Amino acid sequence: MSRSFLATLALMIVVLAGLPMIAGLFGLVQATLFISMAVLALSQGFIWGYGGIMSFGQSAFFGLGGYAYAIAAIDLGESTLPLALAILVPTLFAALLGYFMFYGRISDAYVGVITLTVTVILFNVANSTAGDAWRIGQAALGGFNGIPSVPPLNVPGQPDNQLSPAALYGVAAVLLVMVYALLRGLLATKFGRVVVAIRENETRAMLLGYDPRLYKTITFAIGGGIAGLAGCLFTNWGGFVSPTVFGLQQAAQVIIFVLLGGLGTLIGPILGAVAVQYLIIAIGTQQTFNANLILGIVLLAFVLLIPRGVLPSLGLLAERIAARPAPDPAPAAVEARP
Amino acid sequence: MTVRRRQFLQLGSAALAAPLAAPRIARAAAPIKVGSLLDLSGPIGSTGQPMFDAVRLAVDEVNGSGGLLGRKIDLINYDTQSTIALYSQYAQRLALQDRVDVVHGGITSASREAIRPVFDRYRVLYFYNVLYEGGVCDIDCYCTGTTPAQTVSKLVEYALKTWGKKVYIIAADYNYGQITAKWMAKYARDGGGTVQAVEFFPLDVTSFTASISKIETAKPDVLLSALVGSNHTAFYRQWAAVGMKGKVPIASTTFGLVNELATLDPAVTDGIVSGYGYFQELSTPANNAFVGAIHQKFGANVPYIGEPAATTYEGFHLWAQAVQKAGSLARAKVIKALDTGISFAGPSGPVAIDPASHQTIRNAYLGKATGGKWDVIATYPHQEPADTQAVCNLVKFPRTDKQFVVDVKA
Amino acid sequence: MLAALIGFNVLTSIAELLLLVIGLGMIYGLMRIINLAHGEFLMLGAYATVVSAHAGVNLWVAMLIIAPLFVGLFGLLVERTLIRFLYGRMIDTMLATWGLSLGLIGLVTSIFGTTVRGVSAPLGSFAIGPYNASLYSVFTIIVALLTVLGLFVLLRATKFGLIVRATMQNPEMAAALGVPPGRVYMATFGLGAALTGLAGGVIAPVSGVAPGMGAAYVARAFITVLGGGAATITGSTLASTLFGTIDQVVTFWTTPVFGQVALLLFAVVMIRMLPQGITGRFFRRSI
Repeated sequence: MSRSFLATLALMIVVLAGLPMIAGLFGLVQATLFISMAVLALSQGFIWGYGGIMSFGQSAFFGLGGYAYAIAAIDLGESTLPLALAILVPTLFAALLGYFMFYGRISDAYVGVITLTVTVILFNVANSTAGDAWRIGQAALGGFNGIPSVPPLNVPGQPDNQLSPAALYGVAAVLLVMVYALLRGLLATKFGRVVVAIRENETRAMLLGYDPRLYKTITFAIGGGIAGLAGCLFTNWGGFVSPTVFGLQQAAQVIIFVLLGGLGTLIGPILGAVAVQYLIIAIGTQQTFNANLILGIVLLAFVLLIPRGVLPSLGLLAERIAARPAPDPAPAAVEARP
Repeated sequence: MTVRRRQFLQLGSAALAAPLAAPRIARAAAPIKVGSLLDLSGPIGSTGQPMFDAVRLAVDEVNGSGGLLGRKIDLINYDTQSTIALYSQYAQRLALQDRVDVVHGGITSASREAIRPVFDRYRVLYFYNVLYEGGVCDIDCYCTGTTPAQTVSKLVEYALKTWGKKVYIIAADYNYGQITAKWMAKYARDGGGTVQAVEFFPLDVTSFTASISKIETAKPDVLLSALVGSNHTAFYRQWAAVGMKGKVPIASTTFGLVNELATLDPAVTDGIVSGYGYFQELSTPANNAFVGAIHQKFGANVPYIGEPAATTYEGFHLWAQAVQKAGSLARAKVIKALDTGISFAGPSGPVAIDPASHQTIRNAYLGKATGGKWDVIATYPHQEPADTQAVCNLVKFPRTDKQFVVDVKA
Repeated sequence: MLAALIGFNVLTSIAELLLLVIGLGMIYGLMRIINLAHGEFLMLGAYATVVSAHAGVNLWVAMLIIAPLFVGLFGLLVERTLIRFLYGRMIDTMLATWGLSLGLIGLVTSIFGTTVRGVSAPLGSFAIGPYNASLYSVFTIIVALLTVLGLFVLLRATKFGLIVRATMQNPEMAAALGVPPGRVYMATFGLGAALTGLAGGVIAPVSGVAPGMGAAYVARAFITVLGGGAATITGSTLASTLFGTIDQVVTFWTTPVFGQVALLLFAVVMIRMLPQGITGRFFRRSI
C-alpha cells in the first residue's frame, strides 16, 4: 500500500505543479474551485468510505468554514487566524453534533437524517439574517445575499500582501496534497485501523475493547474540520459566501462526488469532484439542452451502468484486462452497507 | 497592454481588409465581445428569459446598423441556472477566458454582489440592468434599473392617498426585501401613515395561512408587498382563496416580475397596483416599436416584457452610445463618456446616466392589474435616484467600490 | 374566535402536511426506498392538474382523478425501468432518484418553460366569527381525512392490503405462498406515487406552480416521514399532527422563519430521543 500511496502522491504533485504551465489564469482559477470541492469530497469520502458514517450534511461544515473565514477575515483584517477558525469552528461543531448522535446510539440511517436536517436548519438560519441587526463585528451576515467582498488570504503577518489568484491556486494545491497525505497517514495508524474495524463490525470492535462512539465522534470531527477548510478555499475562490453553501443541492453534490468517484477510496472522491464540477460547467455553457435534464440523465446512466463508482469500476476493468488477482477487497465490503 | 494589442490587430486587419467594399470592414475586423450572465432556468428563469430576448434584440439592432466602431458585436451568454456559484464561475470565465469588453447581467441582488467584485478585480465594465434596493456605488458598475426612491415613494404615496393610512408590509426575507420594506415604512410614515407590522418570508415559504390570519386581525387599509419569486405567488392565490381579495387592497413593487398576470387568474390579480420604471402596456411610439420588434423576432408567445427586459435593452444601448462617443472600447474612456450624462430614448421614455451615482434618471409609472393586463394609471417623468445619490458621489470620490446600505429609519 | 381561527389553520396545516407525506410514507415505510424525486412527483401532479384544467377538463376531475392517475402510472413506469434494479441498494436508489428528480425538472422546463398558467382555488370563503377562512382549506382537510381512512381500510381490510403487508414483512415467505413480490413492489410504488400526485393536484390551486416547486417540500416531507417511524399510516398521521401544529403555532406567534426553524429543531431533538420515530416506541403494531 505504501508503494501505491507514494505513486499516487507523486502523480498528484506532478499534475498540480504542471498545471500552471499549460493552463492560463482562468484555468488556475477554475482549478482552485475544483480543489475546494475535492477537499470537501475527501472529507465525505473519509468519514463515509472508511468510517462508515453516512452523513448527508458535510455541507453544513463546509458552510460553517466558509462563513467563519468570511466573518473573521472582515473583522480581523488579517487572514491567518480566520483560516484557523475556518477549520476549528466546524471541527468543534462536528464534535458536538457527533457527541449528540453517536452517544445517543442513533442508527446509521438516522445519522443521515439528522445531518441533513442540521444542514437545512443552518440554511434557513443563514437565509434569515438579512436584516441590519445580524452582524458579527463589522461583518453583516447578509441573509440570502451572503457576505460579498471577502478579503482573500494574505501572506501570514502581512495583511496588505494578499494572495493573487495564481498564488491562491498554489496554496490550494499544497493544501490538497497535505490533506490527502494526512488522511492516508491517519488510516495507516492504529487509530485509522480501529476506525475501519468499527465500520466493518461495530460489535466486534466493541468486544475488543474499543469505544466506537468515541472513535466515530473523532472521525466525524476530523471530517468536519476538513470540510471547513474546503469551505474557506471556496470562499477565497469566489470572494463571497452565501447560504447556498448549506443548501440541499450542495449536500447532494458532495455525496454524488463520492459515489461517482468510488466509495472506499480517497482518490475516487477527488476525481469524482473534479469530473462532476467540470460536467456541470460544461453543461451550462451550451444552450441547446436544459442543464438539469442532462445532469439527470448522466446520473441515471451512471447508476445503472457503473454503480460502483468510476474508480473501483476502472480497477475491476483493469484487473480483467491484466488478468491479475483482485487487489485488497476493502472497497467491496463497503458496497453492501445501507 | 491588451488594449494596445487589440488595437494593433484591429488596425492590422482593417488595413488588410480596406481594399474590400466598405460594409465588409465590419466582418473583417475582430468582433467586439459582450458578455451576458442571465438565469434562463430555475426559479429566476422567468425573469431572465425576457432579458435575454431584449439584449439579443439590442445586439442585432446595433449590428444591423453597421456594428460598433465598425465591428460586429458577439454576444457571449451563459445560463447561470439561478445558482449563485455559477455566477462566480461564469463571471471569471467571461473576464479571463473570453475577455469581454463589457458584461450586462445579474438578476437578483445576490448574483450582482457575487460578480461585481470579480469584474472589479479583473477590470471589466459591468452593467446591472435590474430594479433593486439602491446603494451600489462603484466606478466600474452601472445600475440601470429603478431604485426605491423612484418607484416605492410614488407607490406608497398613491396607496396612502387612495386607501388610507394603516399599512401592513410583507416582504421576501433577503436584502432586497428587507431594504425595500424599510423604504416602504419610511415613505409611509413620511406620508402620515402608520405601519402596523412588517413581516418577512424566506424565499421558499409556500404556506401563508398563519400570516394571512394575522393580517386579518390587524385590519390594515392597504397591504404593501415585496414578495419575490414563484413560491411567493402562492400568497396571492391563498389570499384570494380566503376571500381577502376584496377586503384589503394590495400595492407591490415586485408583483408581475415572474409573469404573475399570465399564471394567476384575473380574479386573483385584479386591482393590485404596482410601481415600475416600465410597463409593456405603455403606448408610446418607442415602446410600440420595441414590443413589436421583440414579438417579431421571438414570437408572440414570449412571457410578459417587464421592467428588467426594457432596462436591459436600454442599458445595452447606453453602453453602445458611450462607446461610439468615446471612439474606443477602453474601459476608462467608455466610463468617461458615460459620465457625460449619456442619454437614450428608450421604450420606457428618456433614460440618462447620472454621473455621480452611476444610476439612471428615468420615468416611473404606476399600473393597476386589470383583466390580466396592466393599466398604466400614473406617470412620473424624470425621477432621480435620490436614495443612492444621498450616499454616493463618484465624481468626488471615484475610488468608491461598495454597496451602501442606505440607513433608513424603519 | 381567534382561537377558533388558529385551530382551523392548524387543522389545514396538518392536512396539507399529511397529504404531502402519505405517499412518501408508503414508499419509504413499506419499501425502505428513499425517493429523492418525491418533490417532482408532487410537481407532476400539480402540472397534470393545471394542464388538463386548461384543456377543458373539470377542475375537480383534474385534481382528484387525473393527477393521481397520471403520477401513479408514471410511478409504475419508474419502478419497472429504474427502481426495480436497485432494491437493497439504498445509496444507489438515492443517486438514481436524485438523477430522476433533476431530469424531471429539466424535462418539464423544456416542455412548459419556467412558468405556467395556474388555476385558482374554487369554493370561496366562509366566516369564523369576524375572520375569513377559505372553504378550499375545508376541502383539503376532507381529502386528507378520506385518503388516510381509505388507505387504512385498504391495508387493513382488503386482500390486497394483506398481501402488501405480508410481502413487506417477509418477501421470501410471501413468495413461497405464491405471491409475486415484484408485482407487489410495483403496485406499492405506483400507489405511493399516485398519492403524491393527488397531493400535488390538491395544492396546485394554492401554490406557485413551477418546475422547481418540489424543492420547497422535500426536506419537510422526509423529516416528517422519518419522525413518524415505521408504521406508515399511524406514523405519518402522528408526525404530521405534531409538526403541523408546531409550525403553525410558532409561525403565528413569531415569524415564518422561526416557524420553519422551530419545526426542524424539534424534529432533530425528537429523532434523537425516539430514534425509530414515533411509532418505533408507541403504537408499534399499527399499520
